[in-house]
Amino acid sequence: MALQGTCREIGDVAVIDFSGKITLGEGSAVLRKVVRDLIANGRRKILFDLSDVDYIDSSGIGEMVAAYTAVRSADGELKIIHLTRRVHDILQITRLFTVFDVQSDEASALRSFRGSA
Amino acid sequence: MNANSHRLEVSLETVLESIDLAESIVTRVSESAGFGEEDVHKIGMAVREGVVNAYNYGNRQDRRKKIFLTIEFEPDKMAVHVLDEGSGFDVEDVPDCLAEENLLRTSGRGLFLMRAFMDDFCVRRGPSGGAELVLVKNLPKGSSGNGAVHSH
Repeated sequence: MALQGTCREIGDVAVIDFSGKITLGEGSAVLRKVVRDLIANGRRKILFDLSDVDYIDSSGIGEMVAAYTAVRSADGELKIIHLTRRVHDILQITRLFTVFDVQSDEASALRSFRGSA
Repeated sequence: MNANSHRLEVSLETVLESIDLAESIVTRVSESAGFGEEDVHKIGMAVREGVVNAYNYGNRQDRRKKIFLTIEFEPDKMAVHVLDEGSGFDVEDVPDCLAEENLLRTSGRGLFLMRAFMDDFCVRRGPSGGAELVLVKNLPKGSSGNGAVHSH
């Protein structure tokens, strides 16, 4: 299934619920566009919910890294929640689990953004 | 497509759709060979990475070139060959994606994933000078490659 991203806002945090595969081609392009649009619209607190993403390939991992560095370069924060087992395993073996800010659940993630109560 | 009970050869166009197609073919063959769900996933993903490598770096997205996918069985293992029509590469030149300084690179993890998901992996130069990736998975105990490949 092609990647889809639905945006909802909780306070000043943009939560993106992704579903589908993050792979070379359309999936990576969708992710790239979502992040580019969020930054262009001034969003600096971004949370990816990946509970419906069960597949990511090396291109998708590269796109996640690009998203992470783009948000950081804009002095923002990107956090991730709800990794499926396979995505978790991929991030684990590529050592990116410790690079990305992976939070246990949405409430914790929202609290962990800078300036949150 | 040529197929017999031990070998399947597929010639793929250098287009994005070939990546999903190759993964789909290998996934079905792996299931027929008796691999479990997790191994089928790993084999499919490793082959996907191999074809992505051929598409992007070997053939450089040149639609005039082909990607050759071969699946062959030996009594105890399945080997998948992905051959491109590029100019080949030296695996030693590929940066270590796990090194601290490379963690934020946006590419260069495909070879690592192929190694991680298969039992054996090597890169050699194909007959026309392109890269030939060889991905090997040991067959599950009690399974034999005989009859694993059927033409459709």
